[in-house]
Amino acid sequence: MKLVVAYIQPDKLNAVKQELFKDEIHKISVTNALGCGQQMGYTETYRGVDVEVNLLKKVRIEIAVTEPFVQTTVDAIIRGARTGEIGDGKIFIMPIEDSIRIRSGEKGEAAIG
Amino acid sequence: MKKSKKIFIFTILALLLSVSVHADELTDTLDLYSAAFDAIWLLICGGLVFFMQAGFAMVETGLTRAKNAGNIIMKNLMDFSAGAILYWAVGWGLMYGETAGGFIGSSDFFLASGDTMNWFFQVVFAATAATIVSGAMAERTKFSSYIIYSVVISGLIYPISGHWIWQGDGWLTALGFHDFAGSTVVHSVGAWAALMGAIIIGPRTGKYVKVDGKVSVKAIMGHNMPLAALGVFILWFGWYGFNAGSTLSGTDLSMTDVAVTTTLAAAAGVIGAMFTTWIAFGKPDVSMSLNGALAGLVGITAPCAVVSNGAAIIIGLIAGILVVASVEFIDKKLHIDDPVGAISVHGVCGVWGTLAVGIFGDLEAIGGAATRLGQIGVQALGAAAVFVWVTVTAGLLFLIIKKTVGLRVSEAEELKGLDIEEHGTESYAGFQIFQNM
Repeated sequence: MKLVVAYIQPDKLNAVKQELFKDEIHKISVTNALGCGQQMGYTETYRGVDVEVNLLKKVRIEIAVTEPFVQTTVDAIIRGARTGEIGDGKIFIMPIEDSIRIRSGEKGEAAIG
Repeated sequence: MKKSKKIFIFTILALLLSVSVHADELTDTLDLYSAAFDAIWLLICGGLVFFMQAGFAMVETGLTRAKNAGNIIMKNLMDFSAGAILYWAVGWGLMYGETAGGFIGSSDFFLASGDTMNWFFQVVFAATAATIVSGAMAERTKFSSYIIYSVVISGLIYPISGHWIWQGDGWLTALGFHDFAGSTVVHSVGAWAALMGAIIIGPRTGKYVKVDGKVSVKAIMGHNMPLAALGVFILWFGWYGFNAGSTLSGTDLSMTDVAVTTTLAAAAGVIGAMFTTWIAFGKPDVSMSLNGALAGLVGITAPCAVVSNGAAIIIGLIAGILVVASVEFIDKKLHIDDPVGAISVHGVCGVWGTLAVGIFGDLEAIGGAATRLGQIGVQALGAAAVFVWVTVTAGLLFLIIKKTVGLRVSEAEELKGLDIEEHGTESYAGFQIFQNM
């Protein structure tokens, strides 16, 4: 079992969701995130004064998957989120010790699927 | 202030007590007072109608997404500001100037006559027509292109069809067409321009998604229902100026009759729309019920001075039902993306209100055609003439804009939001908004 965490551009969420659904990955969690990476921010102007924004809005996606689905998930996220420009985001994969479905008490891979 | 009040009271007393006052002087004084009443009434009502700009801005902001809030405020601000100056320079003359064959006004440009009382009351109507369009084209229109559009509608499109109906010597007036406060003159004009704009610009990205060759209709939810509701209440409030003020006279006591029909129709519009959604979708829908109030108001705008209270309720009820059906039809069948329902509220219900003059109106009070059928015919002809005029001119305008400066923002810009991309700033700084929605 692995947890796939991806930080992507907010406006790419729909595209990523669509790609994931195509590969039959339906269970995801999404949160808003602020982050600073290679993109180094941008400037807005407010009443004529420049405002430096260096924490950019990102979307964090978390998907818990079983081993055979890890690569599929990663590929789908990349297909949806890649534009080729700086700021497309990052994907992290980490092991999951255990997972439990609260309703039924199921454990392990049975609780993920 | 105090001094003039004293003089006023003193004069009234003098008029009442003195038997030696010359009859001419008496008439002069009464004329002066009645003119003052007219000016005060039109000033108050003009102010109320101006406040409807705030209503439109709030409705449109509330029913669209947070990332475009500042952009829609800018559009509402700019179409009044650009429109007012154009209406002063050209529009007023084309609308109320001396008629050229009943089709177009040809004098009084730059308000040469100095008729400030009537100009002020009319400019806010012109602005109302102009501002209807921003809602239907929301969330995807290039700001610079929108400014060009608003100049043309206030300076050219609205005044010319307005001339046909309200100038007194227009060709539709001659036929007996009656539109008391502007179901056709104001609301339909705005709505048909909105229709052409929405068609030519196309839907927002993600609104109509093709799945297996079939178009699937997605809802793009507005971000602030309380703002939308505030906007509707402001519009309703302003509508008392819109309709009751259209007596154009502070001594015409039918102004209160108009306020009553306006109230009843708006109330019935809400009830009609709410029950329609309750029956059709299982729950009473908030934003549709709000649209229902506006539908009732648009519906009663033309007939408010010539129908009974009972008829006003029927007109409002039908407008409320009609607006829900029309929103559904335009969205789900025609696939025209109108985020706030402007085409249904102002166009469809505007035509309904115009026809309702013929169906329910007191023929004597209208003073148009001799028979009821004749009056309905004239009303239909007027509505159709304005439809053709506006769709052709506005259609051409939007096509020309599309071919030259471009009408639509890029898809990337649309996804990021028009606030950041068009204006370089956010409307909700410090809040986390979902840009992806």
